[in-house]
Amino acid sequence: MQIFTCPFCGARDETEFRFMGEAGKQRPEGGRAVGEAEWAAYLYLQRNEKGPVREIWMHQPCGELFLLARDNVTHAAEPGVGLRPEGA
Amino acid sequence: MARRLPQGGRIDRARPIPFSFDGKALSGFAGDTLASALLANGVSTVGRSFKYHRPRGVFGHWTEEPNAILDVTRDGRREPDARATTVYLEEGRTLAAASVNAAPDAERDRLAVIDAFARFLPAGFYYKTFLWPRWGLFEPAIRAMAGLGRLDPGWLPAAPAAPCNRACDVLVVGAGPAGLAAARSAAEGGRSVLLVDDRREPGGVLLWRGGEVEGQAAEAWIADTLAAIARAGGTVMSDTTAYGVYDHGLVCALQRGAEGAPDRLWRIRAGHIVVAAGAIERPLVFADNDLPGVLSAEAGLAYLRQYGVLVGERVVVAANNDAAYPVALALREAGAHVSLVDNRPAPRLRRLAEDGGVAVLAGERVVRAEGRRAVRAATLASGARIEADALLVSGGFTPTAHLYCQAKGKLAWDDALLAFVPGAPVEGVSVVGAANGVFGLAAAVAEARAAVAVPKSGGAPAARDPAALDAAPAWPNGDAGGRAWIDLQSDVTVKDVGIAARENYASVEHLKRYTTLGMATDQGKTSNVNGIAALAAATGRAPGEVGTTTYRPPYVPVPFSAIAGLRGGERMNPVRRLPLEARHRALGATLGEYGGWLRPAYYGPGDMTEAVAREIRAAREAVAVFDASPLGKIEVIGPDAARFMDFQSYMTLSTLAPGRMRYGFMLEETGIVFDDGVVSRLDENRFRVSCSTSHVAAMHARFETWRQDQFDPARLFIHNATTHWATLAVSGPLSRLLMERLSIVADLSDAALPHMAFVEGRFAGGPATVARVSFTGERGYEVSVPAARAAELHERLLAAGRDLGVAPLGIEALMALRAEKGFVVVGLDTDGTTMPHDLGFGGPRLKRTGDFVGKRSLFTQAAEAADRKQLVGLDTVDGAPLPRGAHVVARDGGRLRSEGFVTSSYASPALRRPVALGLVARGAARHGEEVTLRHLGRELRARLRPPCAYDAKGDRLNA
Repeated sequence: MQIFTCPFCGARDETEFRFMGEAGKQRPEGGRAVGEAEWAAYLYLQRNEKGPVREIWMHQPCGELFLLARDNVTHAAEPGVGLRPEGA
Repeated sequence: MARRLPQGGRIDRARPIPFSFDGKALSGFAGDTLASALLANGVSTVGRSFKYHRPRGVFGHWTEEPNAILDVTRDGRREPDARATTVYLEEGRTLAAASVNAAPDAERDRLAVIDAFARFLPAGFYYKTFLWPRWGLFEPAIRAMAGLGRLDPGWLPAAPAAPCNRACDVLVVGAGPAGLAAARSAAEGGRSVLLVDDRREPGGVLLWRGGEVEGQAAEAWIADTLAAIARAGGTVMSDTTAYGVYDHGLVCALQRGAEGAPDRLWRIRAGHIVVAAGAIERPLVFADNDLPGVLSAEAGLAYLRQYGVLVGERVVVAANNDAAYPVALALREAGAHVSLVDNRPAPRLRRLAEDGGVAVLAGERVVRAEGRRAVRAATLASGARIEADALLVSGGFTPTAHLYCQAKGKLAWDDALLAFVPGAPVEGVSVVGAANGVFGLAAAVAEARAAVAVPKSGGAPAARDPAALDAAPAWPNGDAGGRAWIDLQSDVTVKDVGIAARENYASVEHLKRYTTLGMATDQGKTSNVNGIAALAAATGRAPGEVGTTTYRPPYVPVPFSAIAGLRGGERMNPVRRLPLEARHRALGATLGEYGGWLRPAYYGPGDMTEAVAREIRAAREAVAVFDASPLGKIEVIGPDAARFMDFQSYMTLSTLAPGRMRYGFMLEETGIVFDDGVVSRLDENRFRVSCSTSHVAAMHARFETWRQDQFDPARLFIHNATTHWATLAVSGPLSRLLMERLSIVADLSDAALPHMAFVEGRFAGGPATVARVSFTGERGYEVSVPAARAAELHERLLAAGRDLGVAPLGIEALMALRAEKGFVVVGLDTDGTTMPHDLGFGGPRLKRTGDFVGKRSLFTQAAEAADRKQLVGLDTVDGAPLPRGAHVVARDGGRLRSEGFVTSSYASPALRRPVALGLVARGAARHGEEVTLRHLGRELRARLRPPCAYDAKGDRLNA
């Protein structure tokens, strides 16, 4: 059982968290005008890297999204980092 | 034959405890294990082996035991495949033990004849022989012949215990000399210490080996150390096995309930894990070494010192190391005639043994155990034969480093110690004492103290001294005659390993899977290293080159009941409860689980069909009241709320006027319908989303995600108010009349409150909302009041409507009502391919200019395909109801092809026929067409029609 650190609530059990996606993926702007390949990549293509990864997780009890840098081989996990700009 | 000595042992002879074995009444003492009591009663055969039904006796003395696996019934509750060596007799509790894999019992097993065919049943025999025509034909018979205990299907834990969590600075596993020393040092150093040990009494190996520790006799040292640990605030838990290390240093431990208490799971987070789990003795491998009466030497000493049981009168001790010498001397001192057969030509303890009256045969080894049902003699390599009724074997020791390995530690082969020992340190884990290959008592204690001197260190390099055991190689010999057993529990011989090697199963992982070596419930604690050595010899490698299999939890079998804890029955997945549950029950509701909530299925006595028909009539002809409280009420608040709702929803919502409501869908980014529902605009900057009951949590999470990802969280707030409000849906032609009697709002005229509008009102001095919305197709009002007022509202509605024929409406009737209207339930009438235009809602797809979730996906090739499955109604042609799940089929070149399926099917009292909904390819363009359906071999006929079968124009909404 891993322990992740929510930037707002602190170290909590992994069962409280939910994986939301790989970090850095941008939703293509433009609605219907977005190219087929670009949209398909947005929907389905994941980097799925081995080793150190940067992911977006939600801490479900507080509902906040944050950036989690972890290693999916060693299971080392850095403390989560909030996504909000300072002061927001 | 083993017997109880008149004195000695750590048992309480003043407290005899009766028990039974295979129906025979026997007696032991408090402090006995089942195994020691069986030996004390002279029981030599305790079970039959897994594959060949060979008679087997007790071999070991603790968790390593491969043979004495029994079905143990205590106080009427059966634990299958219990290890007799770890089951304590307890006063005041009945204990009936039965041998496994034997009929009628271990002594007279009918299938013992299988052993005569053993040479035809080598490793891989079943795989190779019964492949044709198929394994399934033979499997039942083979399974009946092999195996272990029987499950009692009715068994449930009497009192399940909730798993407990615990945190400490230092967790010490094992209360032997090393573990006790480490715990004391750490506790006195100011750290919080938890010491767990799987025996009932702390002390480990000192309990039977004794000796002097740090200048004190073992007994006194244990007592002093325990007192010091307690003084320094440390905790000692006995009967507790740390069985697994998981991610981020979580250690799980099973606390076995003593005196009838339930087993309990402990989840322990420790800054520093100290593994002081000792070592397990390996057998020597020779022909017929599985006979009852062959025991591990360590077990022979443990039974003598702990339980006052002498395992034999004429004992041969066969060994390759010094640890067997004190065993031989102790047994001699207890009155046995003892010969020590040592494969080393010049053992340094020879004089000591001989002075103690033990005959030593150096440079000699046992090649065969003689006897039919039990050991009678040992035959040596020289051809000499020694009469014996017990043959104790010691082939060296295997460090118990399982937890270190589970924590990703890698073992290394030590050719001087003849053992796999922990290699590179793992952060936060120390392995000390015999578990680390440090066999000297003083060295182990010193190492343990040093390991906890620096917090969280992996420990200093081990001071391993090969001279402590002075072990000489004594590996299984593939050339020896007869059947020599490596794995007693899964019946694997040296020959089987040879066959695996010949067939090129040269990897230790393949060997394990092909022969089942180490795969029994003992997980090869006594057999793995001998198996590795045998494979090494057969493939010309060193044991270190072969390596070990992967160590995985659990170290000992753990009952699922302990892992489940309290999460069973109703607590497995607790249902959510309505504020009105008591009222529903008082009205005779039959409750069922719908979308995670316990809700009324239907009301009143009689069968469901009648009740549902009665409730439907009330809704269509008078007025009915449905408890819609679990319906979602997620509020979206803030200056960006309208923009947010437009982006979230398939329908435009920013054009909705305050006080009005709109039905619509939320899509996935893939364009698939995620949920449907009604959105109300409370004011310019505030919306309420009534998503479906089963989607509330997911919808809330989805809104939060988009809010934080694509919007300014400072200008938008999401609030899940679902359980703040209770909602009663009042529906039917007389609903307005009933609502007027309650005076929640002043003006209920259709001009003031048209369909899909809502107004705020007052009920019982508190807030209330009345909304014109309908899931039945009839005129309808949804009244929402604070949950605490729900009972009062419900009571007043039913009382005020008595003369109108008001009836409570269950969810089964509601489902039929909505199916008549062709209203979908997302997830039931839609699947993972359904897009909104498949449900007849194509408008926004073509008209909306702005972006929204899932929009781009509505214009892919697949989304625009001509043969998409679309929502239709289906009418039976011959009057027979269409079963849900029936497929609409088409002939395609002689083959049947599915064109879709029935998703909902109900009886319709209003229409006096069954109604069904379905998803059918090009369905919207095929209304009127007759189609063939297939269901479980039956063929049915139906006519496709528009989804709505009742009041297509919607006149009833204003009736």
